[in-house]
Amino acid sequence: MLHATIWIPFLIAVLVPLTRRVPRLHAGWTVLAIPVALFLYFLMQIQGVRAGEYTLSTIPWMPSLGINITLYLDGLGLLFALLITGMGALVILYSIYYLNKRTESIHHFYIYLLMFMGAMLGVVLSDNLMVLYGFWELTSITSFLLIAFWHRRERSRYGALKSMLITVFGGLAMFAGFNLLYVMSGSYSIREIITQVDGLTGEPLFIPALLLILLGAFTKSAQFPFHIWLPDAMEAPTPVSAYLHSATMVKAGLYLVARLSPVFAGQSEWFWLISIVGLITLLFGSFKAIKQTDLKALLAYSTISQLGLIMCLLGLGSAAAFFPGTEESVLYAMATTAAIFHLINHAVFKGSLFMVVGIIDHETNTRDLRKLGGLISLMPVTFSVALIGAFSMAGLPPFSGFLSKEMFFTALLNIRDLNVLEVKSWLILFPVIAWTASVFTFVYSMILVFKTFTGKLQKEKLDKVPHEAPLGLLLSPVLLVSLAVIFGFFPNLLSHSLIEPAVASVHYGLLPPAETFPVSIHFWHGWTPEIFMTLGVVAVGVILYRGYSRLKFLEREWKGRDSLNRLYDGSLVLMERGSARLTSLYMTGSNRHYLLYIFGFFILALGSALLGAEGITLGMSHYAPLSLYETVVVAVMLLAALAVPFAKSRVNAILFTGAVGYMVTLLFVIFRAPDLALTQMIVETVSVILFLMCFKYLPKLKTVKERSGFRLPNLLIAVGVGLTMTVIALAAMGSSPFPAISEFFLKESYSLAGGKNVVNVILVDFRGFDTLFEIMVLAVASLAIYGLVNLRMEPGVSGRI
Amino acid sequence: MELIMAVAVGILFTVGVYLILSKSLLRIVLGTSLLTHGVHLLLLTMAGLKTGAAPVLGGQAEAYVDPLPQALILTSIVISFGVTAFFFVLAYRAYQTLGTDEMDSLKGEEQ
Repeated sequence: MLHATIWIPFLIAVLVPLTRRVPRLHAGWTVLAIPVALFLYFLMQIQGVRAGEYTLSTIPWMPSLGINITLYLDGLGLLFALLITGMGALVILYSIYYLNKRTESIHHFYIYLLMFMGAMLGVVLSDNLMVLYGFWELTSITSFLLIAFWHRRERSRYGALKSMLITVFGGLAMFAGFNLLYVMSGSYSIREIITQVDGLTGEPLFIPALLLILLGAFTKSAQFPFHIWLPDAMEAPTPVSAYLHSATMVKAGLYLVARLSPVFAGQSEWFWLISIVGLITLLFGSFKAIKQTDLKALLAYSTISQLGLIMCLLGLGSAAAFFPGTEESVLYAMATTAAIFHLINHAVFKGSLFMVVGIIDHETNTRDLRKLGGLISLMPVTFSVALIGAFSMAGLPPFSGFLSKEMFFTALLNIRDLNVLEVKSWLILFPVIAWTASVFTFVYSMILVFKTFTGKLQKEKLDKVPHEAPLGLLLSPVLLVSLAVIFGFFPNLLSHSLIEPAVASVHYGLLPPAETFPVSIHFWHGWTPEIFMTLGVVAVGVILYRGYSRLKFLEREWKGRDSLNRLYDGSLVLMERGSARLTSLYMTGSNRHYLLYIFGFFILALGSALLGAEGITLGMSHYAPLSLYETVVVAVMLLAALAVPFAKSRVNAILFTGAVGYMVTLLFVIFRAPDLALTQMIVETVSVILFLMCFKYLPKLKTVKERSGFRLPNLLIAVGVGLTMTVIALAAMGSSPFPAISEFFLKESYSLAGGKNVVNVILVDFRGFDTLFEIMVLAVASLAIYGLVNLRMEPGVSGRI
Repeated sequence: MELIMAVAVGILFTVGVYLILSKSLLRIVLGTSLLTHGVHLLLLTMAGLKTGAAPVLGGQAEAYVDPLPQALILTSIVISFGVTAFFFVLAYRAYQTLGTDEMDSLKGEEQ
């Protein structure tokens, strides 16, 4: 059954095009049933997971490689699965009213969306690292397709490519990290790796694996400095932004960190990297969000900042692993509780805010803050939704964001007491930075609501008269914000059903089996420092918002892009130009250059191998004796050969070459190879005639003085090749480890084959196959020559020569 | 004798490679045929140049020279002849069509 939850979305994605046959029905209605059914199924699993009954189910895939599709449903997986299916249902409901079935290719949209949903469920339910990686990349690909849904826009394609490059880069790093884990533990199963953590921590590959996996998590979850793809992904249709880029895909990195926490928590690198990167992302994202004038860009930076907050909390929570089984561990594990609670809250309020922005875009045709204003009386319901969502985001009571923000402050204040890392005094920076970021969060939340809905309606800037959205569009965001209110007033609805099992998965094995983490979220917990911090946030935030237009450092980015994007664009251009330049540097198109490379490499490789090799002997002892006649023939041959490059006319060059051939014939005679001599003589004669015939038509050899810069490298390379060949020949002759097999041919030639000419017997009998294909070579060559001479493809030129 | 042959092979290779690296198509073709001679002599030499009778049975010789490399060289001669003949005609046709045998002007057009 658990497997069905993953495969059903893919199956239905295949069937979606069939709904084309029913043109009156919006395809979304059929699709909507899937996430609703899956959501209900996962709801029913809560009872079992709370009781600690974890479902495990395996389908063998590649058992010989240890890769099986093992699905595992525990608290953490269930939480994400509910998030994915629940948000999925609401987003599909919203998209039915958002996308016009006549003007948009909605079938594509739902196919991609369903594939994404299945892939995302695969990521959160997989126990096998390789399967997890497969689904992970599938989310990257489907996200790429969804971002570029309006593929005729240049910005959409740019955003899709950027997100693809960055997330796949991280995905590949993560893949390497997974394989390192496999090398160390011998298993791809996360559960099995967790059981052998004690043996792994000392391994030299452990820290590289940690870093690579974190790289994957950071790129996917848009952490600093890999956040740059998220604002550009806002070119996607708003339901996609709401679903992928606020509630699900960007949380895959958080999921990965939480899931592998039992493996890596307890490493100080893990703690520092996650909490500091999270904190930087939180501050940077909230600061950048203030400057945006586009509502979706504002929400994108806000998402980045909130993801940083959750990441930071997960890092702080990992401190619990430094004190297994003590009071402190429970104290620090509170941060994980806060992370998971905020994860839910963020999905709720950010999803609703994206939908609100989509509605505004739908009703006014703009998302630009400079054009919007005064919509409060025209769109009261949308305003209420936006208000609740933004207040929850800003962390104001009585909404659920308030509670998670308080817990965030608590975790930061607790971490000051962490004394295991000997840098206690620096930890005071954590709450300070986080508090600043909260002020920025407050400001941009207020901008989002009040710049859009209050003030003066600028009718002349809008190209249609705004009015309240239809009920269907409002349904999903209203449901979501009512969840924000419900969780705000009754947080314990969540705490025991979902958060506690999830925290137990993240801190696997930290507590004795019988104990549970005390997760109770109270709406009011007394006059604690956190309350005063929140009051401070509100006070300073209101002042900042009031004086917003007067503060120079908050100047909006009217034009130009920030430096990280410029760095990304610049490095892409640099890589393209650099590789083009590198290629044109050595791919010159000149044959001579390529031959120089080949011969140069030949000399280097063979020469160095010969110099380095041991046991090469130039055994002169068994050389044949020198005779005058042979020496003279060789000398003539060499003289003729050396004369070829100096020949001034082509006939001389051809004749010198012919002379070399005839000298070779003579050598064959001397060395007692009658058949060779015969063949060589005939071939040489025919060749020379052919040469002379052909080159009658060619121009005279040009006696252009080639510059010595041209000739010298040629000469050096040529001499190098000659020397190498000489040395090879001598070395090969010097060491002959075993006798030749020719004795057999000489002995059996007559008795087995009935021939006395041993060379001919070898050619046609012992090794007849060679001859067969050599005949074939000749046949092919003559056919090719015939074709070359007779076939003219150029128009206008016809006939034979 | 082997020493002299090895040096001769080296020189044939040197001249062949030098010609192959030049600009004129004719020189390149000549270079390849010199290289081929070098290879054949190398094959013959590496099998040993010990004196003995030609590998034709019948005469009552004490020893024969190695017949196997001779068979290999014979095959190689024929193949290289086929390839060289093709190469000639190709060069000829290239000249006929393009009007040049300069390697540098035989480059493809710049994209």
